[in-house]
Amino acid sequence: MKVVLQELTKIFPSRNKKGQEVVAVNKFDFEIPDGKLIGLLGPSGCGKSTTLYMICGLQKPSSGKIFFGEDDVTELSPENRGVGLVFQNYALYPHMTVKQNILFPLQNFKGADKLTKSEMLERAYHVAKLVQIDELMERKPSELSGGQQQRVAIARALVKMPRVLLLDEPLSNLDARLRLQTREEIKRIQRETGITTVFVTHDQEEAMSISDMIVVMKLGIVQQIGKPQDVYDDPINLFVAKFLGTPPINVFEGKVKKGKLIIGKDTVLNITGVEDQDVYIGIRPEGFIYDEEGPMHCALRNLEVMGRDVSIVSTNEASVNPIIRSIVDADNKINTASETVSFSLKPHKVFIFNKETEERLRFEVVAEENSKATKSTKATPAKKSTAAKSTKKSTAATTAKKSASKTAAAPKKTTKKATSKE
Amino acid sequence: MVDSKKQWKAWLYLSPVIILTLVFTVYPIVNTLMMAFSNDYILAIGSRQGLFYKGFGIDNFKMVLGYQGFMTGLKNTLLLTVITVPISTFLALLIAVCLNSIKAFNRLLQTIYFLPYVTNTIAIGLVFSTMFSMVGVGLTTENPIITTSGIINNVIELFGGKAINWVNEGSSWSANMFVMVVYIVWNALPFKILILLGGLQSVNKQYYDAAKVDGTSRTRTFFRITVPMLSPMLAYVVITGFIGGFKEYSSIVGVFGDKMGPADNWYQMDTMVGFINRNIMDSNAHEGKASAAALILFAIIFAVTMLNMYVSKKKVHY
Repeated sequence: MKVVLQELTKIFPSRNKKGQEVVAVNKFDFEIPDGKLIGLLGPSGCGKSTTLYMICGLQKPSSGKIFFGEDDVTELSPENRGVGLVFQNYALYPHMTVKQNILFPLQNFKGADKLTKSEMLERAYHVAKLVQIDELMERKPSELSGGQQQRVAIARALVKMPRVLLLDEPLSNLDARLRLQTREEIKRIQRETGITTVFVTHDQEEAMSISDMIVVMKLGIVQQIGKPQDVYDDPINLFVAKFLGTPPINVFEGKVKKGKLIIGKDTVLNITGVEDQDVYIGIRPEGFIYDEEGPMHCALRNLEVMGRDVSIVSTNEASVNPIIRSIVDADNKINTASETVSFSLKPHKVFIFNKETEERLRFEVVAEENSKATKSTKATPAKKSTAAKSTKKSTAATTAKKSASKTAAAPKKTTKKATSKE
Repeated sequence: MVDSKKQWKAWLYLSPVIILTLVFTVYPIVNTLMMAFSNDYILAIGSRQGLFYKGFGIDNFKMVLGYQGFMTGLKNTLLLTVITVPISTFLALLIAVCLNSIKAFNRLLQTIYFLPYVTNTIAIGLVFSTMFSMVGVGLTTENPIITTSGIINNVIELFGGKAINWVNEGSSWSANMFVMVVYIVWNALPFKILILLGGLQSVNKQYYDAAKVDGTSRTRTFFRITVPMLSPMLAYVVITGFIGGFKEYSSIVGVFGDKMGPADNWYQMDTMVGFINRNIMDSNAHEGKASAAALILFAIIFAVTMLNMYVSKKKVHY
């Protein structure tokens, strides 16, 4: 069942007459494809839960329409929509056993849908098996662990065979280890049932790891929609770039001048396609290459060894964040005695944003002097308003860019190897 | 653990409570037991015969159980309790649910419903007896004057009914009983509403949202979610209601005066506490009988509370 949201808007009236009304969700336009797992992602107060509740029917949109398949469900009450909702704190009825909890929705069926007792039990045990809680059917929710309660809540939502499954912050009440395990579980259950699923989270890692598509929201406005990797690799603005990724992206104040991208005093890249102006420069932690002759210089603070990688913590006066975190391969022999650390950059991990609008400015890399052939491809400038529709386009653009940047990065690697041999 | 040398300090701080408890709780209980089991114990001024003057035994209990007056009190008490507790609990639940679901005037209505709780029992009793009254002094005389003046009878007559003698001279036991049931239910509501409303407000709204998404009907939501969620409060309200019911006394004094019945039929509405009180206060007081009656009352309350606890252990979800 695909779900279509058309200019969905929710405005909460202000408490007092003077105060301003709050636009929780502003013109949400999105078509959720059938059978996909969608993550609504954003900081608290961005309207993601409101969107979920509107899809569910617990809240009425101020304007806009919601379709399930071809049916307009905007005016329908929750029970007539065929949705299953899993609440943030599960909302399991504490006085009922797991079995009674799962049976509860089935016992509400009326008329032709009414099931016999054995049919109900059969369905309850079927979903219980699916979420692997069939051993716990006679327990009370208070006798279950957080993860088990979560599964019971999912089972209760699934047992009535909803057309759409909605999860509100499904993992926020679980500890870190259980979270990893449960998110895999959610993905598995979703795949096995094939039910279109929408879940809300503020944890970008969670959203990226299991979603087929993510929707990044800020202050009620959809920022970007796309496959997790695409959104990560090709953020549309500074907010999205900052929101996705752990450790977060490093942001610098810099400028573009005569085809040079300048951070502080260092010219880090030669680029074209961006007019001379002050910009924000975002560099992903993995976008740094430890290179003693690299163009970018930072004051070394310390190293954090993570086994597989090394995280270099350094400072730079142009940095917006207090520290710069760059992740490099542990094979690099880093001179910890040195006060400065130098990097060269992977161009496809470098994003430039307009200083005023914080919109992405797309650039083309001019390869360094030794390779004269232009290695860059034109990137399609994506407009914010068409973000939803241009997902495919931008995907194409990213793949194109990837190949471009690989080639652009290649000569550097060779030079680096050469230097290290010397 | 407190250092043993410093323990006297702990005892010092506890002493006010310990002393008060010993004087006003422990000693009276022990004394009551002794008086009850002391045959023919009378503490009349000037004729103190002392405990166990005529020996230890259960004469007092035999006497008390043999009295018609005690049986009237027992019957009235049991009936009033058994009738009023379920009615008031049910009404309180209904009102609490309604109050909880409306937003406008919520505070105002809560205050109004709470007024009986802060009003003097005797004052309310006087108001009730006036409302239910029927001016007809001398109904039992040869020329009774029958004129209605109470608002209840006015309303009955407005709808074409015949005035009923609720509380005045010549009124029947069942009429008296009806008035007392109305009074006690009305008087018991505020406390129960308060407790249940508090319980309702602490129920997580998500349970209702979850029920709504699952298409649960309102009655089913009420009986399968609201009532179980409220069960601890309901159990509390019922248990305290029973205990309060067995101790019913002042409300009847409020309506009928200290003779606990209409003018021509004293002690028609007697209760157990009334009987105990009379046996202490009257000119021909008999403390032994009063003590025995008090112990019987205690035994009944204890048994009923145990029964309540037993039932609630099975039904109440905490």
